[in-house]
Amino acid sequence: MTYRIIVGALTGIVVSGALVTGTMAADYKIVDGTIPQSLTGKAGDPVQGKKTAVNRKKGNCLACHVMPIPEEQFHGEVGPDLGESGSNYSAAELRMRLVDPKVLNPDTIMPAFLVPGKTAVLKKFAGKTILSPQDVEDIVAYLTTLKGSYSK
Amino acid sequence: MKKTSLIKQIVMFAGFGVLVAACAPKEEALKSGYDWAIPETQAMQDDDFSNPAFMWVDIGNDEWSKTDGEAGKSCADCHGADGSSMKGKSNMYPVYNKDDKKLRSIQDEVNNCRTNRMKAKAWKWESDQMLGMAAFIRTQSRDMPINVAVDGDAAPFFEAGKEFYETRRGGLDMACTHCHVDFPGVKIRANVLTNGLGNGFPTYRLKWQKIGSLHRRFRGCNKNIRAQPFKQGSDEYTNLELYLNHRAKGVMNESPSVRN
Repeated sequence: MTYRIIVGALTGIVVSGALVTGTMAADYKIVDGTIPQSLTGKAGDPVQGKKTAVNRKKGNCLACHVMPIPEEQFHGEVGPDLGESGSNYSAAELRMRLVDPKVLNPDTIMPAFLVPGKTAVLKKFAGKTILSPQDVEDIVAYLTTLKGSYSK
Repeated sequence: MKKTSLIKQIVMFAGFGVLVAACAPKEEALKSGYDWAIPETQAMQDDDFSNPAFMWVDIGNDEWSKTDGEAGKSCADCHGADGSSMKGKSNMYPVYNKDDKKLRSIQDEVNNCRTNRMKAKAWKWESDQMLGMAAFIRTQSRDMPINVAVDGDAAPFFEAGKEFYETRRGGLDMACTHCHVDFPGVKIRANVLTNGLGNGFPTYRLKWQKIGSLHRRFRGCNKNIRAQPFKQGSDEYTNLELYLNHRAKGVMNESPSVRN
């Protein structure tokens, strides 16, 4: 199965000082509940990934997950602790969970970060995904570094 | 021989009874948001003198006996001086209304009285007068169980509310169920998710620093999941209110509550 993700107006390209919104498409292929290939063909940046994960308007992962980020208060407890994500899951498995976790569990509360909402979406978010493909790659790169060495 | 069979029968009968009891679905009431609130918030609600919502209950109480509109009437003229005639009433709302052919919330009833009987102007949904009057009326049924009808004429509106509750929506593509059925009592960042009941509304919400309606809270929830909110008093939210109150069946009315 090949899915096409349109990231409309999410990817801002700065051209001579003016913000131009562009449309970027990314293809991904699901293999046995995983996405083995990078979405961008570019390696993710784990340092940026941590920032994107914490950002409330981007990943906002702390809303639902405990993470080894003691400088941030109040970690949610809806989802599993992500402290050992890198030991428990491969990059391909993590990528699948970020792109569209409903492929694995149709009833999950977890949002699909690369699939736009379909019903009654607020106008300013209509047709848009929560993250860009590179954001997902960055978070995947960050999560693969988490191997449980941190203790809270 | 005969004796044995009688004992046998009794044992079998008792055993069958236990079996039936074990198989019967549990009719356990859901928990109020109060039960998950921090002690400081609970204490504010426990004492009417420290509960800031009572500033609005007082507004409602004043409005109750105030003459308004071309008919020269007040609420008290028809419904009695002190509001006690409203005891138990609000816990049955929203109710199906034959003239409207849809549900009426408490706020709808207030505005129906104002425009049709008092010949006065309708109040805006989130105005101090409307919030005050709704809180004043609901307070008359405090510590009595929420008890709405969802059968008969109300059934299609109940079903619409249920469908709303269970439909994924918004940019985050989440339904009410994902938080309030699947994860009550679990922390989402610093907040604890609840069963999402309306038994304490209008509520003084610390975040708002003001009393507010259940429909205002719906709007906040919808916007949090990046979904288009509906208007306060819309059919969609009134149907949803009925569904919530069905979920709250047996839970005590705490209006006006204090929540974070």
